[in-house]
Amino acid sequence: MQQSSLINQRLASLFLVGLLVLFSPLLGLFEGAQTWRGIPLLYLYLFGVWALLIAASAWIVRGRRS
Amino acid sequence: MSASLIVGVAFAYLGLLFAIAYWADRRADQGRSVIAHPTIYALSLAVYCTAWTFYGSVGRAAASGFGFLPIYLGPTLVVLLWGSLLVKMVRVSKTQRITSIADFIASRYGKSHLLGGLVTVIAVVGVVPYIALQLKAISSSYHILVQYPQVVTPDPSLHPPFWRDTAFEVALLLAAFTILFGTRHLDASERHEGMVAAIAFESIVKLVAFLAVGLFVTLGLSGGLSGVFERAQEAGEATLLLAPTVGDYRDWFAISLLAALAVMLLPRQFQVGVVENSDERHIRRAIWLFPLYLLLINLFVLPIALAGLHLFPSGSVDADSFMLTIPMSQGSPWLALFVFIGGLSAATGMVIVETIALATMVSNDLLLPSLLRRWRRLPPEADMGRLLLRIRRGAIIGVLLLGYVYYRLAGEAYALVSIGLISFAAVAQFAPVMIASLYWRGGTREGALAGLSAGFAVWIYTLLLPSFAKSGWLPQGFLEVGPWGVALLRPQALFGLEGWNEITHCLFWSLAANVGAFLAVSSLRAPNAIETAQASAFVDVLRQHRPAHLALWRGSAEVAALTALAERFIGAPRARAAFEDYARTRGVASADDLPADAETVHFAETLLSGAIGSASARVMVASVTEEEPLGLDEVLGILDEASQIRAYSRELERKSQELEAATGELRAANLRLQELDHLKDDFMSSVTHELRTPLASIRAFSEILYDDSDIEPAERKRFLGILVSETERLSRLVNQVLDLAKIESGHADWHNEEVELGGIIRQAVESVGQILESKGARVTQSLSVGEANVWADRDRLVQVMVNLLSNAAKFVPADTGLVEVRLEAVAAGWRVCVSDNGQGIAEADLPIVFEKFRQSTGGGDKPVGTGLGLPISRQIVEHFGGRIWAESPPGKGATLCFELPRTAAPSPSSEAES
Amino acid sequence: MSKRILIVDDEPNIVIPLEFLMKREGFEVSVARDGEEGLAAIRAQRPDLVILDVMMPGRSGFEVCEAVRSDAALAGVRILMLTAKGREAEMKKGLALGADAYMAKPFSTHDLVARVKDLLGDTP
Repeated sequence: MQQSSLINQRLASLFLVGLLVLFSPLLGLFEGAQTWRGIPLLYLYLFGVWALLIAASAWIVRGRRS
Repeated sequence: MSASLIVGVAFAYLGLLFAIAYWADRRADQGRSVIAHPTIYALSLAVYCTAWTFYGSVGRAAASGFGFLPIYLGPTLVVLLWGSLLVKMVRVSKTQRITSIADFIASRYGKSHLLGGLVTVIAVVGVVPYIALQLKAISSSYHILVQYPQVVTPDPSLHPPFWRDTAFEVALLLAAFTILFGTRHLDASERHEGMVAAIAFESIVKLVAFLAVGLFVTLGLSGGLSGVFERAQEAGEATLLLAPTVGDYRDWFAISLLAALAVMLLPRQFQVGVVENSDERHIRRAIWLFPLYLLLINLFVLPIALAGLHLFPSGSVDADSFMLTIPMSQGSPWLALFVFIGGLSAATGMVIVETIALATMVSNDLLLPSLLRRWRRLPPEADMGRLLLRIRRGAIIGVLLLGYVYYRLAGEAYALVSIGLISFAAVAQFAPVMIASLYWRGGTREGALAGLSAGFAVWIYTLLLPSFAKSGWLPQGFLEVGPWGVALLRPQALFGLEGWNEITHCLFWSLAANVGAFLAVSSLRAPNAIETAQASAFVDVLRQHRPAHLALWRGSAEVAALTALAERFIGAPRARAAFEDYARTRGVASADDLPADAETVHFAETLLSGAIGSASARVMVASVTEEEPLGLDEVLGILDEASQIRAYSRELERKSQELEAATGELRAANLRLQELDHLKDDFMSSVTHELRTPLASIRAFSEILYDDSDIEPAERKRFLGILVSETERLSRLVNQVLDLAKIESGHADWHNEEVELGGIIRQAVESVGQILESKGARVTQSLSVGEANVWADRDRLVQVMVNLLSNAAKFVPADTGLVEVRLEAVAAGWRVCVSDNGQGIAEADLPIVFEKFRQSTGGGDKPVGTGLGLPISRQIVEHFGGRIWAESPPGKGATLCFELPRTAAPSPSSEAES
Repeated sequence: MSKRILIVDDEPNIVIPLEFLMKREGFEVSVARDGEEGLAAIRAQRPDLVILDVMMPGRSGFEVCEAVRSDAALAGVRILMLTAKGREAEMKKGLALGADAYMAKPFSTHDLVARVKDLLGDTP
């Protein structure tokens, strides 16, 4: 039981990080016409962050194999 | 493309879905479930992505850039909280046998029928637009595809009569399909393994279809992801997408929030996420696999939108249809057909699960309770199971027809995504009550009713009615100027909140009204017995192992009546099997032997609530049993008892240990006191005896001499002699008793000085000399020390010596008696010993010779002494810091010795007390 | 025919006046110095009355009284108990054990004689 609450705590922290990363004025940095190799930065940022969040949650959830 | 081809393929696909479902159900009945796998669970959650995702995301992207994304970002974040939130929901639902979201909320707040009904109404009304959306998607996509190789989107102003409307046909078809899928029998746990398997399959199909188009566009058409963007840049089009923003932050946040709530609260999501969940551990994998699915299905939305905008200059083709029209325009009909199947899959999945969930709610939480109330008891012939199934089938048809109606009334005015968001806003009204039910012990039935009603009303006013107005079924003025011209009450600019996106606006006001009413009305009264019990069962579910409300039932029941009731609803074989299983867990031979107690009743209630909802189950069981309502005090008392008992028992243990220790001490002290008391009694009785005996003889002789003057002189003299000696004896005794008492109580007078033992011995020997001589005994003195000085009372020491010598004299044999007195130096001080060659002292008696009134008889004669001499000697010797003891080696007479410490320089404090 | 009285007491300075008193009244007197002796003497001589001291070494007066009373053959023997302990409990115990009378020391000689005569008086 303690294991799972540790996992939940970490997930909750990740949740807060996600909120910060996806909903704060931080996004403003990536808006606009800048591109990288032709791909708009906002697209890369959003999907990149999204993928990282998923990877992080997968790692946390798998972190303890009983 | 021929219609028959499309229709044929569509039917084939639906047939495949049905086959998968059937196969999975068969496997489940055999006990080898196919869906007990975390990946299947995660895929079933992907029913969240409907035709809206499939077609509408591209449409939204083409119109406004990234506005499509928050619908998926919200769920991605909220799943991170599922470790506790969803687990709690699942655990509660399993323990309470909850089978729908209406059941959940109703069960929490007093098992209220009214509340369940309200939730059902909100769910049905709220989801109807969403179903309309699916109908629209299927019918539109069909119409587009069937025109291949022409690429034309249907004219939205066309209004065929309904019997010729494809959408209507689709609605009927889906109704039939759903009925076949989900209403074949009534399951006690309301789980549909076949449905879940089919949904998981179709999630894969739609993902693959989408990715296929995405790859087609990205690699096939544009030579890579960068190529897509670069080409658009060069062509100077889609400037919105090339310089993307997230738009209004309020909207970005509001829609994410809506989606986060909807992914749990939509009836279909609750069904697959909570009701169909077979293992809490599956949630772990869903936490990352589900967002991954969402990511993948959204990865190519922008490229596809860009390609579409490139291929079809603005306005010519509805952006919602790009998924189809792009492959069509590129001469890939099979891909287009595959896309159509993908869209069909997405829409069908949603419709099936959603309508089954809604139908369950309608039958269990809306219709059945009203029917029960009307009948008051079950009609004797009815097979309740069949009745329920018929109600559900009717509900399925009804919901789909309503969906079609909405589609006709309002569907054309909106893009797909907008319609979907309207439904999201409706189910968001469940959020305050749901979250409160799991984390707040407060909240009452009326509060929940008030909150839901307020939120629902605001939703109707700010979203639903305007959607009719925008389609022309309500006057436009209603929107622009407000009802009766009251500008403040304009539905989409309420109280002056102008310029807001209509969804955000609705979300704000509806949640404000919802939460406000919920809290305000809940505070009007304290939660009653059932609400409190359920609050504990919900909020503490992760801590409990046994439902708390087991003890809260009082009444009488017959098990037979309960089994009969269950048979009426879920069929005889299933009911009997369930009861037999239960009997085995209770350790009873068969269901007939089950005791009719609270536990059995609870089991019956739980079993039934799977089929008809907890509120109705409660009513049914109550009708069969006779229940006494419990007052709140009793309930709280019972609930508190458990925690109180735990606290008290700890206290009790501690106290009882202390008590034992104290009792032990008391007992020991009591024993000591009793001993002392006995000693005192013994002493007193001995003293009285010793005093009275000489008194008796004194009196007797006195009286004789007084009465009788004829006694011979010789006899008279004899008598008088005895009289005198008895008097002496008596006074001696009295003196000794007083002496001993004084010494023992510390009131004696001690006149201490430095005394020389040798001198004392000589003095004592002189006093006793006569007695010894008269017995013919000899006395020897061996005083090996010249000056043996001690600090003591001279007279007392003489008293001791005299006592010892008298004792010796008492016991030496006549004529051959020998008394030895020795004085020597020892480590502790000076030792004086008096030995006689008498009969000695028995070893057992050695310690007791110094006790009061213990006398050894010397040769059969009554002892002359008082029995107090040695005790007094001991007191005296010990007072001066010495010790006294007796030795008696066999055959060598008796030796009594005492030791005294040498003189130390006297200090004022060692002076004798007076 | 004069009555025979047995005195059982370990205190010689009590025995002497008792003996004197009884002889003066004309009774035949014999003496025992402790409980064992007393019991044996009672059995042997079958006195008409026994003046029995309670506090004696070995067998106490109570034991002797009990022994005598449990012997049916000795039913005719009167027992007068003497004790230096004056407690009520002792008296009750003695009477319960079957003593015919119970007197405390120091006793009045007149009372003692009167009681003895009383106890012996109803026999012819």
